[in-house]
Amino acid sequence: MHRFIMIELSNITKTYRMGEVDITVLSGISLKVQSGELIAIMGPSGSGKSTLMNIIGCLDRPTSGAYHFESREISTLSDDELAAVRNSKIGFVFQTFNLLPRFSALKNVEVPLIYSGVPARLRRERAVPVLEQVGLSDRMHHKPTELSGGQQQRVAIARALVNNPPLLLADEPTGNLDSRSGSEVLDILTGLNRQGVTIMIVTHDKDVAARCKRIINLKDGQIINDQVIV
Amino acid sequence: MNFIETFGVSLEAILSNKVRSGLTMLGVIIGVMAVILLVSIGEGARVYITKELTGLGTNLLIITPGKTTTRGGFHPPSAGTVRKLSYDDSLALRRRAWLLTDAVPIVLGTGKIKYQNLGRDTMVIGTTPEFQRVRNLFVGIGNFVSQGDVDSKSKVVVLGTTVKEELFGEQSALGKVVMVSDARYRVVGVMQKKGTSLGWDIDDVVFIPVTSGQELFDTDGLFEILASTTRAEDVDPAIAQIKDILIKRHAHKEDFTIQTQGAMLSTMDTILGVLTAVLGGIAGISLLVGGIGIMNIMLVSVRERTREIGIRKALGARNRDIMAQFMIEAMTLSGAGGIIGIITGVGLALIIPVFIDVLPTSVSLWSILMAFSFSAAVGVFFGVYPARKAALQDPIQALRYE
Repeated sequence: MHRFIMIELSNITKTYRMGEVDITVLSGISLKVQSGELIAIMGPSGSGKSTLMNIIGCLDRPTSGAYHFESREISTLSDDELAAVRNSKIGFVFQTFNLLPRFSALKNVEVPLIYSGVPARLRRERAVPVLEQVGLSDRMHHKPTELSGGQQQRVAIARALVNNPPLLLADEPTGNLDSRSGSEVLDILTGLNRQGVTIMIVTHDKDVAARCKRIINLKDGQIINDQVIV
Repeated sequence: MNFIETFGVSLEAILSNKVRSGLTMLGVIIGVMAVILLVSIGEGARVYITKELTGLGTNLLIITPGKTTTRGGFHPPSAGTVRKLSYDDSLALRRRAWLLTDAVPIVLGTGKIKYQNLGRDTMVIGTTPEFQRVRNLFVGIGNFVSQGDVDSKSKVVVLGTTVKEELFGEQSALGKVVMVSDARYRVVGVMQKKGTSLGWDIDDVVFIPVTSGQELFDTDGLFEILASTTRAEDVDPAIAQIKDILIKRHAHKEDFTIQTQGAMLSTMDTILGVLTAVLGGIAGISLLVGGIGIMNIMLVSVRERTREIGIRKALGARNRDIMAQFMIEAMTLSGAGGIIGIITGVGLALIIPVFIDVLPTSVSLWSILMAFSFSAAVGVFFGVYPARKAALQDPIQALRYE
């Protein structure tokens, strides 16, 4: 498979202003991610993992530094342009699933398609196979409250995948799951990676990290270790 | 994200909380209903009064003794050194004011009409035969007061149907002798039934010759002279003629007032138009309160769905998608409320006159359009702030919101 540099962060900083004090969350992060990588981002609480993921995921802008996604400078894009990037290029999987509670699994998976302008009748055609892919073909019309945690997370993964994004960001995807469901979710993620999806997982869990090909350790807003596991 | 899509999402949100949405809509429903209902009542009164006054003839001129500077409306003859209008004045007008088709002298008073042991206090009008034509009130049975009766001060009376029914019931009244304030009068006619106008029973009246009336009320003056022209454009020259003739007869003093039906009509129209606007305005306030209710609920809704907003944004919703979602939600609430309000308002406006006959209503298209566009505007106006608030949420904060 042809590999290219998908993400390039150059000296990224992020500072929040809390009243009178500036809090530096990220201080000078430089990082390159190639397409097809499976990366774990680890580090203690407050090390800046989530902020880094938010910036990579175009939910947040860096205070300084440059962020190139597929060779395109991201940090200067408008809100609407960022929304388009999130919609078509990036899939999110959250620790708390973040499904829309009033919608069925199928409707939840269709949401990103709404915002990419796919007509209603085509949305279903595209959402169903993705749900089948995560093994939920029999649960499509259930609402999130009628699903187990593992099933909800699989709906969330299906939702993240429905637009075929090249990058999938997972923030503690197994954090709220029992070990069996967690390992099922990880199986799905590693399977997707084998099909070529670039995946970055924020995790505390060493077992999760152990299944990744590269582990980046953060501390106090800086990368302290970046190792490729062969 | 197209409109139908967004509408579906909004409708879904509205239906997921039926009681709350219903109560929110109720504010708009009551507001729109009140606007339509009150404007209909105001309009109804205006249309009714205009119709009643127009029915009396728009080319009507009313000459009253005393000079007033106000235009239109009724006012009592002012006291003082005013020369009264006389029967001869009306004769002079009839002879010399060739633009006038009629100049009818009127004396007016109340009197007790008795027949055998039955009696009734009623209005007594002394006049001449032309009264019928000028006022569009015609005799039904027998004859009206004739010129001969006027000239000879005959003691004859024409009864309104109410008076006739009170005193005679089913019996014929023609030729019978009744007492009008202790004088004996012979009944020569009964008027056609006219019914009630503006709460006044037109049939509760009796007519006698104007000369007999002056004797009865012990006066040599007149209450008023009613005059009319054939064509509307003759009204103004006719006024000049009347003034010319009467001023000469009144020692070169203009000590009388000429009102035209048209002027009275437009005065009434203005007053009732203002009344309608005031009623509509008061009802509009309740619509405004309904709008604030929508804003309040929308703010709650935005807060409740902060997380949903964050999720949608993470999945690629643009600010304007979120904005549209909440705007359409607010507009759907106010629009649906508006439609229900129109239906109930129009319904009530149509039903009320059936039960309360003194309250005529007139549903006007403009009040419906105004109420609906106003309620839609309320939806937009009070929806913008909450929707903007939703659209400008920071996705990260929104996703963290518990």
